[in-house]
Amino acid sequence: MHFDLTDQYQPRESFIHRLDPRVKVVGVIAFILAAGLIPVGSWAAFGILWILSIVSSSASRLGWTFAVRRSYIALPFALVAVPLLFTVPGEVIFTAPLLGWTVSAQGLDRFLSLILRSWIAVQAAIQLTAVTPFPDVLWALGALRLPSMLVSTIGFMYRYFFVLADETARMLRARTARAANPEGRRGPSPVWHARVAGNMVGSLFLRALERSERVHAAMLARGYDGRMVSLVERVMRPVDWATLIAAVFLFAGLVAWAHRI
Amino acid sequence: MLASPPRLHIPDGFLTTAISALGWLLAAVLILVAVRQTRRQLNDRQVPMMGVLAAFIFAAQAVNFPVAVGTSGHLIGAALAAILLGPWAATLVMTAVVAIQGLLFQDGGLIVMGWNIVNMGVVAAFSGYFAYAAARRLAGASRSGTLAASFAAGWISVVVAAAATSIELAASGTAPLALGMAAMSSVHAVIGIGEGIITAAAIGLILAARPELVGAGAHAPGGRSAVVVLSGLLVALVVASLAPLASPSPDGLEAVAERSGFLGLAQAAPFQILPDYTVPFISNPVVTTVAAVMFGTLVVFGGAVLVGRLAARRQPTGG
Repeated sequence: MHFDLTDQYQPRESFIHRLDPRVKVVGVIAFILAAGLIPVGSWAAFGILWILSIVSSSASRLGWTFAVRRSYIALPFALVAVPLLFTVPGEVIFTAPLLGWTVSAQGLDRFLSLILRSWIAVQAAIQLTAVTPFPDVLWALGALRLPSMLVSTIGFMYRYFFVLADETARMLRARTARAANPEGRRGPSPVWHARVAGNMVGSLFLRALERSERVHAAMLARGYDGRMVSLVERVMRPVDWATLIAAVFLFAGLVAWAHRI
Repeated sequence: MLASPPRLHIPDGFLTTAISALGWLLAAVLILVAVRQTRRQLNDRQVPMMGVLAAFIFAAQAVNFPVAVGTSGHLIGAALAAILLGPWAATLVMTAVVAIQGLLFQDGGLIVMGWNIVNMGVVAAFSGYFAYAAARRLAGASRSGTLAASFAAGWISVVVAAAATSIELAASGTAPLALGMAAMSSVHAVIGIGEGIITAAAIGLILAARPELVGAGAHAPGGRSAVVVLSGLLVALVVASLAPLASPSPDGLEAVAERSGFLGLAQAAPFQILPDYTVPFISNPVVTTVAAVMFGTLVVFGGAVLVGRLAARRQPTGG
């Protein structure tokens, strides 16, 4: 399976864990915006932003390298930016042997800045789900005025994908058990495999649809009238406001400083 | 890690902030329309049904199958959702999937999520739905016609979404358009075969077990608006891909890419006959690549219609 089904939340006792989820969501978005707005080649500003990230990782008792260790996830996508190295005009600093492609200093700057932005941004996103239980993230999105229907749909999905993933895992195990693959004999073609996978997806759909009907009936029995009701109520404490304002000013100041130098 | 197929989820940092904001604006408008359209159809079943089916798509993406040594194919699922639920409901389901992937698993960025929703939700769902509806009308509503149309829908949804992704990357100056689109759409032309087969096989099983569900897709919300939304998006994407060329001084990516021989891959011979200075638009590798993607899409679409018709003629009672 290509995704990690364990919950991403890391329970700890820390100042950051106790912050209002709205502060953490807005803070992370501001952080990623700042990473995007720091101009190409401002290595000092990128460095400061990254230090802020690992300091927050340490302050939330996840350890300095928690986010760094998981940050490789966006790296394969860097492949699409490789042409930047060769296509940005500028002072030639390297010529690839045989091919004659030239790497410019400006191209290298743009490529490295892009990779850094993406690498730093993903670390912030990793920390958000590590220090905030996912239902709290969703609550914050609703409180920040995202359409409630969308937020509750995502919430339902979060509730049921563990169920459906278990169902899928059982089907995959059954497929492996049935499909013996003796050594020395050629296995079936990829097309055959794809058809089997497709049939599994089809029956998974039917099971999911029937499950959604049962869930809906159970909700109606409990008085559901099309609106999601929540008992959660949170009040922003002074420390929440202070952290939010400090973080936003810090990031804005960093971006402004990076543009000046 | 490198053996895994390249995915369409754009991480943060790869698009400029302005382009990302534009994506969120577009996504917000389309999501609001999708919420309104599906509410009319589903009423208070909307939240549980969309939520559980989004979980289904997410789980179905984990059903992988071996393609070659070390690589495996898997589903994106927008076309399947669009065939079964209609394009607007599929947009909502895919929005939830993309949101969870980005928020919980960091698969795709947060600031750029608007574009990920537009690509894998709106563009993939609507192009898949449109391809399915058109191919099924031409190939006939027999079992084989439906399966061929489902294959075409799966393939086209992936390739069109990949082409859209490359346009956004190019607009941000991350990858030159001709090269990016050639690379993205040729890789996804291969991935799309798996998507097409899985989509068709899944529809085949549902057609055998609960045929009324596949029929329902024809009356699903958004059937009529599919043409409007899709043509609007296509016009916007074409304008977006040509806009940099119209400016007097493009940022040089294309020109240098061409000079360094990087774009040899993307250029087709017929267009090189035209002299550079008279028709700059046609001789441009971007137009050539866009034309190649459109041509490939038409070939797959036509092939699916043909196969569907021939197979239906061989088994006139199929259905």
